[in-house]
Amino acid sequence: MDLSVISPTLLIASLMVAATPILLAAIGEMVVEKAGVLNLGVEGMMIMGAVMGFIAAHETGGVWLGFAAAALAGAVMALLFGVLTQFLLSNQVATGLALTLFGLGLSALLGQGYVGIKVDSLARLDMGVLSDLPFVGRVVFSHDPMVYVSLALCLGVWAFLRFSRAGLILRAVGESHDAAHALGYNVRRVRLLAIAFGGACAGLGGAYLSLVRVPQWTDGMTAGAGWIALAIVVFASWRAERVLIGAYLFGGIAVLQLNLQTAGARIPVEVLSAAPYLMTILVLVLISRRAGRAGQAPADLGKPFHPAS
Amino acid sequence: MTALLTLEGITKTYPGVIANADISFQIQPGEIHALLGENGAGKSTLVKTIYGLVRPDRGSMRLNGAPFAPSEPRAARAAGVAMVFQHFSLFEALSVAENVGLGMESPPPMRDLAQRIRDVSQTYGLPLDPGRRVGDLSAGERQRVEIVRCLLQDPRLLIMDEPTSVLTPQEAEVLFATLRKLSAEGAAILYISHKLDEIRALCEAATILRGGRVVGQCDPRETSAADLAERMVGTQITASQARPSALGAALLTVTDLSLLPATQFGTALRQISLEVRAGEILGIGGVAGNGQDELLGALSGERLSALGTVTLGGQDLSRAGPDARRRAGLLAAPEERLGHAAAPDMSLTENAALTGVSRKGLARRGFLRWGAARSFAQEVIDRFDVRTPGAGATARSLSGGNLQKFVIGREVLQAPRVLVVNQPTWGVDAAAAAAIRQALMDLAAGGAGVVVISQDLDELLAVSDRFTALNEGRLSPPRPASEMTVDRIGLMLGGAGDLEPAHV
Repeated sequence: MDLSVISPTLLIASLMVAATPILLAAIGEMVVEKAGVLNLGVEGMMIMGAVMGFIAAHETGGVWLGFAAAALAGAVMALLFGVLTQFLLSNQVATGLALTLFGLGLSALLGQGYVGIKVDSLARLDMGVLSDLPFVGRVVFSHDPMVYVSLALCLGVWAFLRFSRAGLILRAVGESHDAAHALGYNVRRVRLLAIAFGGACAGLGGAYLSLVRVPQWTDGMTAGAGWIALAIVVFASWRAERVLIGAYLFGGIAVLQLNLQTAGARIPVEVLSAAPYLMTILVLVLISRRAGRAGQAPADLGKPFHPAS
Repeated sequence: MTALLTLEGITKTYPGVIANADISFQIQPGEIHALLGENGAGKSTLVKTIYGLVRPDRGSMRLNGAPFAPSEPRAARAAGVAMVFQHFSLFEALSVAENVGLGMESPPPMRDLAQRIRDVSQTYGLPLDPGRRVGDLSAGERQRVEIVRCLLQDPRLLIMDEPTSVLTPQEAEVLFATLRKLSAEGAAILYISHKLDEIRALCEAATILRGGRVVGQCDPRETSAADLAERMVGTQITASQARPSALGAALLTVTDLSLLPATQFGTALRQISLEVRAGEILGIGGVAGNGQDELLGALSGERLSALGTVTLGGQDLSRAGPDARRRAGLLAAPEERLGHAAAPDMSLTENAALTGVSRKGLARRGFLRWGAARSFAQEVIDRFDVRTPGAGATARSLSGGNLQKFVIGREVLQAPRVLVVNQPTWGVDAAAAAAIRQALMDLAAGGAGVVVISQDLDELLAVSDRFTALNEGRLSPPRPASEMTVDRIGLMLGGAGDLEPAHV
């Protein structure tokens, strides 16, 4: 095995790219769950974002239009879930699973004519001197803009939940919808907004796969990324900074195991492929165990809300 | 002086129930005004109307002379009305400061808010740390959070819904001192309770509700507890018919039963002893939260007690679970119909099988006999006139009265030796209530023992042979119901049983 073919600089740079779709989807789902809604349809919303983003970018030639279309598609899918669960009071788990199946099927249908085509991808930002710095320049200052968008979103969500009044109301709705209702807050409106935001984030995550990471459209290309995002939210005990750690850890080990495979490591390929999942879960479980009670789920997560009288 | 709040003809009806009928009264600035009444008298609906959670069908309110019709709690808070809830308004995972901020219209930034919470809690003697998680606080501390939340908005009217029901006596004293201070500063307080001693010690005026109507106003400081109880209960208490009852041998004997509460809001049972004889109905009165649920749980077998404390016909059942007690003939019907007495989303057949399976032989070799279960459910429906499309309907789909008839009927038809019921006619219309009471009396006439735990004094006087009261987990010595007067009941319920005034 020749470890010298693995360059730490490239490894870190590519792990950020690998982690970005999951980070986007997970940070959105975290907001949804903080509002007390469990949407298991992340995978479906991601793949719809992937296909709609690809179609829009291909037809208009604008990558950013593609991302906008992906966010919109994710939000529309999420609102479908929102109306079903918040107004028609359908079961959240079943509806979320149905949303995933629906998204996978519909995206395959919509994407039929687009398989195997290439689109223009996002260029890496060139920040002049900063990008030319050794190591730091490649790792920190020369990614495509969406990597920075995802990091900004993560920071924004953290600050929103921690410091803003709207964020406090959102957390309160997730903790006890009855109490929030008694104080005069509109539980359904808060939850619908959170659900739409989560859908838009998942859509962006999907589009990052089809427009930047791969970049082309294939059926089922999310390949479980939505489920990983869901798991990361839980193991990160609903905290933005841990979601970031979890997503980058997963991305990092995913990239590392590919590098190890090419370097010819004497570890069975199956074990290497499973490594990102195992390591991410292990590390986040250890973190959340230490966190104790502060790391508990929102108390009303997944419970239906009937406004009384 | 203009009144702070004037209510004129407030009326609110729900399907089948008149919650408030033509309610009018006034609250003066700086007054501590008691709203008095039994459960179901319409107190909660009325205060929810004032706080903007319920819209009245008819009637109007004036605040400081200006028309006042809050469409949501936010509007009421903006007008200077604040409310301390009994339950459901705190967020356990959030800090004290965050909880306070959520209840305010335009809270200051968190750091200022924390300082103001410290200031207010110092001023009113309600120590609170703004940074603590509410989930870690005691019941009394949680209430302080709610009160501080109200105080920070400089309310002109503070509504307190049964504030002492979760407090220790010491905590209650602290609360009263705070309320007196507030009142001295000019804020009016609308104080809801049915603890008479408390109201006499604290309030300057009282409005008494009964069946959704105002039945009296008085100055509680100049009215005796017995008089208040009589007004609250109403004068038309029908003395119990001396049923010709040949009492048999003692069936259920409870000796020195003490139990710690199962939850932090529960009441401890303290050295309860009672005896129920064949053919007898023992009535247990008392205000909610004085150990009724705990007593039912200890008798039904949901909570086990020390050996020798619960015996049925000489057989010790103290360590036996509910099913073993059912087989022995001790049956129970709890207060909460949906979720305790019946599984809401299961059919009546399934619910009948759930408690009747052993006494009615509804299972054979581990398999349910659905045919037999269905005919048992149908028998209950027919005999107790349960209005439902059929035994396949879910428990949730029945109205409260019909479900209550089903739940009681299901136990009565299993031919219990002793039946324990808690609030058998709570929230049930008059006709259904009469049918349920008749069934209980027939059961006793047939030689069974019956324990009726209830807050409805009319009901207890109508059905019981002997009467006793639960107060803070203690049971007063039983008296024959024929000797009971409203005066005595009022004193027993208010917990003033030890201090009988000379004129009784």
